Parts: sequence; C-alpha cells; structure tokens
Amino acid sequence: MITAGIDVGAKTIKVVLLDNGKPMAKRMVMAGLDTRTALDEVFGAALEDAGGLAAEDITCIMGTGTGRSEVTIAHDQVTDVSAAAKGACSLFPSARTVIDVGAEEGRAVRCNEAGGVDDFAVNEKCAAGAGTFTEAMARALEVDLEELGKMSLRSTQAVPMNAQCTVFAESEVVSLLHAKTPKEDISRAVHDAMASRITSMVRKVGFEKDVVLVGGLARNVGFVDSIQRGLEIDCLIPDEPEYVGALGAALIAADRVAEGS
Amino acid sequence: MTVEFWRWKEYNWHDPEIDPRDAEVLSSGVDVGSVSSQAVVMADGKLFAFSNMRTGSDSPESANKAMTWALEDTDLSLDDIDFTVGTGYGRVNVPFAGKAITEIACHARGANFLYGPSVRTVLDMGGQDCKAIHCDEKGKVTAFLMNDKCAAGTGRGMEVMADLLSVPIEEVGEMSLDVEEEPPPVSSTCVVFAKSEASALLRQGWPKNRVLAAYCSAMAHRVTSLLERIGVEKEFAITGGIAKNPGVVKRLEEELGVEGLKTEADTQIAGAVGAALFARALHLKAKKA
Amino acid sequence: MLANYGYTDGSGDYFITVDTDHCVECADRPCVPACPAAVLEIIEDDYGDEVCAVVEAHRKQIKYSCAPCKPATGWTTLPCTEACPHGALTHSW
Repeated sequence: MITAGIDVGAKTIKVVLLDNGKPMAKRMVMAGLDTRTALDEVFGAALEDAGGLAAEDITCIMGTGTGRSEVTIAHDQVTDVSAAAKGACSLFPSARTVIDVGAEEGRAVRCNEAGGVDDFAVNEKCAAGAGTFTEAMARALEVDLEELGKMSLRSTQAVPMNAQCTVFAESEVVSLLHAKTPKEDISRAVHDAMASRITSMVRKVGFEKDVVLVGGLARNVGFVDSIQRGLEIDCLIPDEPEYVGALGAALIAADRVAEGS
Repeated sequence: MTVEFWRWKEYNWHDPEIDPRDAEVLSSGVDVGSVSSQAVVMADGKLFAFSNMRTGSDSPESANKAMTWALEDTDLSLDDIDFTVGTGYGRVNVPFAGKAITEIACHARGANFLYGPSVRTVLDMGGQDCKAIHCDEKGKVTAFLMNDKCAAGTGRGMEVMADLLSVPIEEVGEMSLDVEEEPPPVSSTCVVFAKSEASALLRQGWPKNRVLAAYCSAMAHRVTSLLERIGVEKEFAITGGIAKNPGVVKRLEEELGVEGLKTEADTQIAGAVGAALFARALHLKAKKA
Repeated sequence: MLANYGYTDGSGDYFITVDTDHCVECADRPCVPACPAAVLEIIEDDYGDEVCAVVEAHRKQIKYSCAPCKPATGWTTLPCTEACPHGALTHSW
C-alpha cells in the first residue's frame, strides 16, 4: 500500500512517498511563481525516485500545508498541525510538543503518543512570526541564512531588539550596524526576538518533554539555540526537518487506508 | 544613479509678515519621529516658522538640525526661544527641550490649531505608526489608540510599495486614483506579504496604477478598522504624512462615509505645532508662579 | 480618557483599554501587582493625572506578554481585569 503526503508550503513543496508506512522517496522543490508547475515537477520526480511509479499506483494522496487546496490530485487534506504532530511522533515516539516554523507560519502543537493533536497555537499572517523574518534580516546583514545562524552562536553580548515587525526590524538592524554593533550580536538579537514570539505560543499550549523542532527553521542553528535557551530545555531535531509535514500527511493517509475510509 | 523613491521633499518656511521680536512669548515644538522630524516656532501662539526633514540616525542631532533649519533666515537663535517641548518617538532626546509630551496629546492640540475647535476625531498616520485620537474643543485627548508595532497602515508600509513599483512617494496617491475600475484590495495585511502579492500582480500584467489602487484600498480599509475601534465623531481630520496621499484619503473617506476637514497647512507639522502650544502654556504658567 | 494600548497586525487586534477617568479615583491600584508579567504601571499622563498604563516595553508585544494568562484551550478571567474595582480595564482579545 503506497501513500503520499504533499506539503505545499509558502516557500517550498515537499513530497514523501511511503510503502506500508516505510519511506520510499522524498523530494522538495521551491514553490516559485507557478505552484501548479512546481507541484507536477516535484511529484513526478518523487514517483521516478520510487521506481517509476504512476499516480494511480498510490492508494491515498494526502495534501497539507498552506497551499493544500492546490493539490488537485489529493484524495483528502489534513491541517499542518495534524501533519506536524503525526510526523514528529513517528520520528520521535517520545515527542509531546512539536514546534513547527516554516516560511510564513509558526505553530506550537501538543501531541499525544499516537501522534494526535491535544492542543495548538498558531502565529500566522505576520512575517515576524516565521522564517520570512530571518530571511529579511539575513538580507539586511548581507549574509546567507546558514551564516546568519552560525554567527548567532558566536555572539558575545545580548543586544535588545525593539522592533516587532519585519519592516521595522530591517531599519533597526541598519541602525545597529551604523552604531558599529557586531553582526554576531545583531544576529543573536534577531534569533532571540523571533524565538521569543514562538516560545510565547508554546507557553500558550503548555509544553512537555520531549520537544521536537520541525519545519525549515529547525535547520537554523541560531534559532534552535535561542529556542532552547528560551524554553530552558534541549529540543530534538530530525535530520530533515522540512519533510516532517509531508511525512505526517503520508502516515495519516496510511492510517485512513488501514481504517478502510 | 540610485533613485530613492521614498524620498519626499524636505523644506523649511517662515512667515515674512511676522516680526518675532514683537512677540511676548516665543515657543517651539520639536517632533522627532522615527522617519521624519519637524520643528515649529510660534510667536504668541501664531505659526511663525517650521522645518520638515528626514530623521537621521541620531535623535538629538536631528532635533538640533530641525531647529536650526526652522530658524534659518529668521534672525532668531535658540536662545531667543522661551520654552521648547519635545515630542514624538525621540522626544526624550531633544537636548534643548524643557519638557517631553507624548505625540498623542501634541497631535490632538495641533489638529485643534490647524483644523479648528470643531475637530473631535483625529487620524494621524506617521512614518512608523498610526494613531486614532478623540479630543474635545480645547484639543484635550478624551480617547486614543495607537499602533506602532506593525508597518501596515504606516508611512513605511507605503514607502515599501513605492520602492517596489519605482514610483516617487509623492505620486503614489494620484496614480492610485487613475484607474477605470477599483480593483479588489490586496489581501495581506502584512506589508512583507503584501509586497509579494503585489509582485505577483505585476507579473500577471497589472499596471502600476492598479497595484497602487489595490494597496491604497487595503490600507484605507485597515485604517478604518482601527478608527472604528474608538468610533468616528465629526468633525474628522487627518494629520501626518498620509494626509498628503489622496489615494488613501479619498478611499478612507468613502469607507467611513465621512469627509475629513481640509487644511492648507503642512499636515506633517501637527505634532510639533501641538508641542509648541504646550510650550507656550508651560512658559506662561511658569511666569505666573 | 479611554487609553488603548497594544496593536493590530496581520494576525489580529490586541488592545488593553484603560478608562483613566476611573484611575484618578483609585487609591490602591491593585491592577499593577495583580499582573504576573508586570505589564501594568502607574504613570503621570500628559495632563498631570496619575493613571494606569501598559508599560512601554510591553505595548508592541502585548499578545505575547499576555499569552501566559490566555492559554490556547480557553480561559475565563484575567487577573488584571478581576483586580480592578472600577471595571476600568478591558482586553480586546
């Protein structure tokens, strides 16, 4: 029984194919300007990787992500929150809190041992609460995202960041640079500011060990460090955090097939 | 050559008909905002001189510069001023101010001066904030609401769009009104997401005017929601830089069903005007004591 | 005077409203210590009255500052609004 999870995010589209719940193939592509074309491309590539499968070979295709309505080939859809919880718990059975931060949305989810959702809180429609914020600050500091994250760990001093908006924060970064503040300290301020917005959401649902970080931002070492310091707890991070949503969707698809729905 | 499309014209002015030496009290107000700074000099509560410029990276320096520029060619120096009140985001950084008063109180007082005692609701859209203020016939605040967290509905939000479309900020309003049919407003409140949305519209073939119309419409709608939180009681007046943008003003008036009072004066000086009036009152009070 | 502190952004409207006409009559100001996050303070407003206000540092992040008292699975009362004897404090969310 082959199932597929397709996670159409704001920035990237992820596809995971499972054979009786075991990973077969996974692919990711930039959503770009034309989501439909990117979708066909990434799905086609995943099918190829899985040994030249056709869409008809897949018992259940589950769509998720902000753009899930665009996945016309999907049999059904699940929310990002459900997909994140399921995916995280499958990778870490001890997971009880999932923090999923993507390009445009940040989510805090409390889950149970079956990977079901007990409670959740979302930071949406504001760029300062998600990956767009760090991207904009990286541009303002003229470094790439990976470097931004690493720089943060080399900071020697905490510098306050007053702006709570991406647009105003860009101006604040420019002012800080003007005042000769070291880039490392600015980078840490950026990650701390963002992390505090996320941890506030986490506290709304109450967090319990183990805490798993997923989504694109989990790759940002600076962000991870800020979250861990903010929550005063070490977090678990999957090797490929961006795929957790698609993985969760594919697993939920498998559950549904098994239930006979 | 890099053209900075957000750069509006900075200028100073003084009234050649008034001789400041005849005045009993010379007071001034300095409004140091995050984006722009204004200095206003009043002779016995009459507008004598002012300056309007971009705030630099240093607040005290901006305050000094704004004041010097306002006094240019007036034969006055800072020592001739009896009392100065500082206002705006950088109000505590006006080195020569005797007191700092919030921009809320100063805008209410300033609007009362510029638009008259019939004003009850003031909307001020500054560079990095948006304020809705209720005041009485004396310009005293009876209710207020301020949003300085989010760029949407602020001058900066407008600048981001002007930059994206390579349109000088002063032309944005007129261009946005030059559309055959009003397009649907941009759906994202967030300026960052709205910018992506606008880029997508441009790629779809929308002309700049149409994109600007969609954005001004969204901004007007957003501001209406803010105003409706405290209610709009006539007369209604708009201060701050956005009052100079007919694209937003017109749409706002339509949505509210209320026409705002108009003024010949520079709406960006409202805060500094209010501050200068407070300064005069404080000086007179100190003299009596 | 109705003072509204907070903001509105893409995710919603978050304002704490203080009816300061009541603050001037208030002797104890129990609202200030009632808040576990120290969001409130007493200030002298522009007209010389001592009134309750949201601390400046919290105004731009009030959604996050108040989050501990507003868990995701519902809440019924807030310590600050409960503490105020005049009903002068309200939250918009």
